[in-house]
Amino acid sequence: MSTLMQGLGLVIALATIGAATLAILTRSTVTAVLAAGLVSLLASVLFVVLAAPDVAMTEAAIGSGLTTFLFFFVMGRIRRESEK
Amino acid sequence: MIPKVLISVLLLLLGYAFWTLSVGYAPDTELNRTAAYYAANAESEVGAPNIVTGIIVTWRGLDTLGEVTVLFLTSAIIALVLSQSGGPSGVSGADFLPSGELLTTGARMLVPLIVLFGAYVIMNGHLTPGGGFQGGAILASGVLMALLAEPTRRFGHTAILRIESLSGSFYVLIGLAGMAIAGGFLDNGILPLGQFGTMLSAGAIPLISVLIGLKVGAEFSSILQSLHETEDA
Repeated sequence: MSTLMQGLGLVIALATIGAATLAILTRSTVTAVLAAGLVSLLASVLFVVLAAPDVAMTEAAIGSGLTTFLFFFVMGRIRRESEK
Repeated sequence: MIPKVLISVLLLLLGYAFWTLSVGYAPDTELNRTAAYYAANAESEVGAPNIVTGIIVTWRGLDTLGEVTVLFLTSAIIALVLSQSGGPSGVSGADFLPSGELLTTGARMLVPLIVLFGAYVIMNGHLTPGGGFQGGAILASGVLMALLAEPTRRFGHTAILRIESLSGSFYVLIGLAGMAIAGGFLDNGILPLGQFGTMLSAGAIPLISVLIGLKVGAEFSSILQSLHETEDA
């Protein structure tokens, strides 16, 4: 693995940790859900850098796509129930 | 105070565990025995340029069948639990907040593209990265987007169930056919390997990919739909 790829991997890893910390510390639920989705997205980019595109696709589709959507889905649902 | 101390101790322990794992790590300079076999025989035995799909559909096909079964159990249990807690269904529709103009218009444009991309990923699983599982998840995200854009819309439960069970049965049947005709359960030699690197090649892999894609897509869609249709849980 070349130095460039190692540097890129390091940057992505640090960004992942940053996004995960944001997801834990933030007060707003929307920001937390988006940050958790960002963790998955960055992890899938890291998988591509590590030459595992098949795993990256699953991670991007399920971890960052479906899960994030599902959180918003349920949040909209809760908002609807509480407005009744 | 005490929970924070406990959390810090746990984090430190976890960090130490990962540190001991990574400190002695040196990448292998050559493939190990199994990986070398897969890399050397992917073209002659399964005929798939994407070795990963060759492995998960053919050599390790039983594992994939198990994975799909676990997902099926999950969706069945979610449907069971939510149908217990759900109120009267079929009377909803009026109490939904309308979704925004942006979402509705965007979904109308994006859903066909997402479904098309899912089909592309499924069909090219043996040539490029991707395959049945990934494509099925992409199909399900298309279904989710359609549900978000039009909350009153209903997808046929029976249609999803039929797709799910038919593709599962055919998957097992193909596996059994491999036992009867070719070398064993889920052997892809029941169809000719064909021209290496073309769409319709690699024996039964495209067929099995399509079945896995339909099954995974139907399972995720049924989970989403169960969540969607539960009223006032």
